[in-house]
Amino acid sequence: MRPFEEIVREHGASVLSVCRALVGTADAEDAWAETFLAALRAYPSLRPDSSIRGWLVTIAHNKCMDLLRSRSRRIANETELTEDAGMQTRAAGSDLDLWKSIAGLPERQRLAIVHHYFGGLSHAATAAIIGGSPESVRKASSDGLFSLRSKITGGD
Amino acid sequence: METLENLEELRQVDESTLARLHQRLERESEEEGLLAVAFREIDSPIGKLLIASTSRGLVRLAFQNEKREEVLDELSRKLSPAILESPSKLDKESRELDEYFRGERRDFDLPLDLSLSTGFRRRVLGEMARIPYGATSTYSRLAVAAGSPNATRAVGTACATNPIPIVLPCHRVLRTDGSLGGYRGGLEAKSTLLELESR
Repeated sequence: MRPFEEIVREHGASVLSVCRALVGTADAEDAWAETFLAALRAYPSLRPDSSIRGWLVTIAHNKCMDLLRSRSRRIANETELTEDAGMQTRAAGSDLDLWKSIAGLPERQRLAIVHHYFGGLSHAATAAIIGGSPESVRKASSDGLFSLRSKITGGD
Repeated sequence: METLENLEELRQVDESTLARLHQRLERESEEEGLLAVAFREIDSPIGKLLIASTSRGLVRLAFQNEKREEVLDELSRKLSPAILESPSKLDKESRELDEYFRGERRDFDLPLDLSLSTGFRRRVLGEMARIPYGATSTYSRLAVAAGSPNATRAVGTACATNPIPIVLPCHRVLRTDGSLGGYRGGLEAKSTLLELESR
């Protein structure tokens, strides 16, 4: 079994971008820390043939959903998430707009895009986390991308 | 597709953020007792060293010629995969080694975890630890001291597999004819340590 340190080095960045996209930059570090603590606790008894990436993104997903639930007002209030998500991005301008656009997508499209493009999961692995068929995840992802593209190029 | 490139940009996470998160993980995993093995790398006159400890004490010291990846794999296999690079857990070990290499320390005052060594090899390590700074012994004398006078070759193996060299001074063990024999960290490292202790 690989040393946990290697798992953190290899997947730390992508887990953080998943967390940023799901709970916003301000809370992403809490979600990241909770994800890796839970992962470290479970890691020694993880089945050796497990997909580490899928396993970590699942934990991150659950931690993020917990965080969002514990602040249930946020679920109904996308604008706050939107602002948090944009607040600490490196460059202002287009990055900020993109975070806002992602946060503004319907949940299923957002999750499909985040897990696939940030978490690096296949549509099938994403479907295992968020439910539905791989094909429906693919569709949600492509609808989401279409919507993002029109927001970016539409300049609204 | 431009949107995908934009998403790719959002995936970029700067190193300082990851370093800060790593430190937080080190701290919180320690607080929750989840960390089985902590390690760090330190510089020395004989190259980069990797030191690792458990809750019981220093468990491994590896030389530069031992590949980091292989050393960590060994620790993962034999001890636990719950391993993190956690430098602050090894401050004392690091400081004492620095003092040793500066010639300011003759004895180490560190708790040791000998769980990577068993049976006869472990007994040899115990005997080896009694060879004082600046002195040397031989493989055959150590065999006698460990209670198996005919086991010179096994003593050689015990030295070659010493999990905590330098602190357990297998560099002070020579052949009966005075030649260096072998050393896990290479013969050049062995001579450097002997030279340091003869000053």
